[in-house]
Amino acid sequence: MFGFHYRLERKAIGLVLGIIFVASIGGIFEIAPLFTIHQTVEDAPNMRVYTPLELAGRNIYTREGCYACHSQMIRTLRDEVERYGPYSLAVESKYDHPMLWGSKRTGPDLARIGGKYSDEWHVAHLINPRDVVPESIMPRYNWLSHTALRTDDLSAHLRAQRAVGVPYTDEMIANAAADAAAQSAPESPLVEGLTKRYGEATTVRSFDGNPAELTEMDALIAYLQILGRLTDVATHPASAAGE
Amino acid sequence: MQVIATLTRSERQWALIILLVLFALGLALMAAGRNDPLAGHGALVMIAALAAIFAVISGYFTPEPGDERLDHYYDEPSKIGLVLAMAWAAVGMFFGVWVAALLAWPDLTFDAGWASFGRIRPVHTTGVIFGFGGNALIATSFYVMQRTSRARLPDQLSPLFVLFGYNLFCLLAVSGYMMGITQSKEYAEPEWYADIWLVVVWVVYFVIYLRTLARRNEPHIYVANWYYLAFILVVAMLHIVNNLAVPVSFGSAKSYSLFSGVQDAMTQWWYGHNAVAFFLTSGFLGMLYYYMPKRAGRPIYSYRMSIISFWGITFFYMWAGSHHLHYTALPQWVQSLGMTFSIMLLIPSWVSAGNALMTLNGAWHKVRDDAVLRFMMVAAVFYGLTTFEGSFMAIRTVNSLSHYTDWTIGHVHAGTLGWVSMITFGAIYASVPWLWKRPAMYSTQLVETHFWFAIAGTIVYVFAMWNSGIIQGLMWRTYNDSGTLAYSFVDSLIAMHPYYIARTVGGLLFLTGTLVGCYNVWMTIRTAPRTSTTGAEPALAEQPLLQPGE
Ligand code: HEC
Repeated sequence: MFGFHYRLERKAIGLVLGIIFVASIGGIFEIAPLFTIHQTVEDAPNMRVYTPLELAGRNIYTREGCYACHSQMIRTLRDEVERYGPYSLAVESKYDHPMLWGSKRTGPDLARIGGKYSDEWHVAHLINPRDVVPESIMPRYNWLSHTALRTDDLSAHLRAQRAVGVPYTDEMIANAAADAAAQSAPESPLVEGLTKRYGEATTVRSFDGNPAELTEMDALIAYLQILGRLTDVATHPASAAGE
Repeated sequence: MQVIATLTRSERQWALIILLVLFALGLALMAAGRNDPLAGHGALVMIAALAAIFAVISGYFTPEPGDERLDHYYDEPSKIGLVLAMAWAAVGMFFGVWVAALLAWPDLTFDAGWASFGRIRPVHTTGVIFGFGGNALIATSFYVMQRTSRARLPDQLSPLFVLFGYNLFCLLAVSGYMMGITQSKEYAEPEWYADIWLVVVWVVYFVIYLRTLARRNEPHIYVANWYYLAFILVVAMLHIVNNLAVPVSFGSAKSYSLFSGVQDAMTQWWYGHNAVAFFLTSGFLGMLYYYMPKRAGRPIYSYRMSIISFWGITFFYMWAGSHHLHYTALPQWVQSLGMTFSIMLLIPSWVSAGNALMTLNGAWHKVRDDAVLRFMMVAAVFYGLTTFEGSFMAIRTVNSLSHYTDWTIGHVHAGTLGWVSMITFGAIYASVPWLWKRPAMYSTQLVETHFWFAIAGTIVYVFAMWNSGIIQGLMWRTYNDSGTLAYSFVDSLIAMHPYYIARTVGGLLFLTGTLVGCYNVWMTIRTAPRTSTTGAEPALAEQPLLQPGE
């Protein structure tokens, strides 16, 4: 073995090929099957995609680095399930490009934060967390409520999402900006189109309490309120297909 | 511009052409992204290109270097790289102390969006890993490769392209985070255009390596180069796969990862863990394998141990990433594989650490007297400790407690402060006098001071995080007599406060040491070279450090 190596290390190309070969094996064995083994991701026929407003909110969540303090992955441990709710299933993040499972809980897990608090609570909390939870060390995000949400490129966002495999329809892509506006303006005539495309259960309300203006706060809270609720397979396992 | 004077006329012309192309690319980004943060990055690229164009023009008519340049190694990129590494260390660690302070006093942001925790945390990680670590790796790899191959770099321009191109990437990365441009993938946050740029830079880097090795006057490729090669190759592989993404448009900084959910999680941690392996371990082991024997004046203890640990690390690490995903929605068989390989990884890791420490046998009096060598010795010790801790934390049941807590942060810093930074400072203190032809560092006393600040900072930091992490983990899972959870999340938050302050203090100590180091390096460069030949590299320079097949 050492004799072989004695010769190998005299050839740069031999070392290069050796390194590539030896280093590839692990990834090929562990990652490739995840794309082919069907059981990796559960079936959830009632799973819906993010609305344009929620997707915009998700992008604000990434932009601000919320994932650096919050996980979105409840592990299969008793205390986590009791603290945060049913453990996360793979299917629940199947439209998450990239996933936001996180690696650090400086703040609590947010995988099932949707519906836990009112919109007003979130607005107050994001403007200054210490107004709501005095001991909090979360940053303030007060500027979100007076920053207008950019919607002119939402169609392009949906198109890129479709390119990576999220089933947005042509209609959803064409109406992305209108749908985003409609979701936070319950009185708007556009709401009908939105619920037709994304389902009756889509939450339509002014998330930041100001229906006149579409802000980044609207988008972020719309996203927080849908977390854990794109499908109910984790909470109602009976609705999973074929069971 | 001194650097320009080392380029031949045709290289100066090529430099201008490359810079004009870069300028045009910046302009294109700016035009395409005029409604997008992308425009800011287009402008940054243009300014960088323009500044470099001016530098090249101002040095354009300096006399060309003669053929006698070929009798010396080409060390200009190593010199600049080491200075940049120290600068990035100061900046990156400053941001580190800042983010640490934010967790104790959350309103230290001047009410500015760009300064909030989520945006500047990646500035810290990128600044220290890629800015400090990456520059040190590039600088030392050029230095070590030339000496161990007894061959000069193939030309002058391409190494400079790699160095400056790489720093442009780092600049795009950290400025992007503050502007809100990020992919959110940990340690792979830069967006698609920066990622593509890095691939270009990296390919040139690899080609330089191969071209130099091809011209070597040593039949054997020295161990340090195996590690540098693995670092270059595997980082390329990881970077390309993990960053596959579809941009929203060519006028948008934003892209969406090709992978989603569980597959993305696995790809990300395959990347993330091996960024630790091949960036923060392999590359720095390359550094260790050259500088430690050199400074101690003793050959590497065992050639066979080098071989075993090299291939062991290269093979085992690639399987270990899934230990970041224990008890998650990742299929259990992958988790089990990750745990198994993480434990096996301890063997090559300890063989490496042992090989390094045994190399010091017979030179312990030097470790006592020479702070530079002591930096390297402590690095090897922390390498051993951290790899042990890492294998331990990869065990499922241990991980159930440690994951998501500050324990992970403590572990990472035992590695990055105790191992990576220590070996880097050791290598920098060793090579600065060699490179600038000085008899020694400006002040050996200040090297000593830096050493003790660094040790104290590391210990305070790591102990604070061990405590807070374990307390956090225990509080989250403690039940009271009636069978309900005993503590709310906020209870655990309050318990963390003193440790977060302690951690900030630890970081501040470490940063102080780094600043002392920056001053010392700067003063060494500024003092006039002695005319005598003392301070030349040890005579060993012309000898292979390791007799193969010993
Ligand atoms: C510095 C780390 C940090 C960052 C960054 C951060 N948070 Fe938090 N977050 C916390 C902490 C600590 C708490 C617990 C105390 C509290 O409720 O404020 C918390 C609580 C929360 C809660 C309430 C969770 C619950 O179950 O009670 C929500 C919702 C939340 N954060 C959303 C966000 C969003 C959205 C972002 C990004 C815009 C964000 N956080 C960024 C630390 C952070």
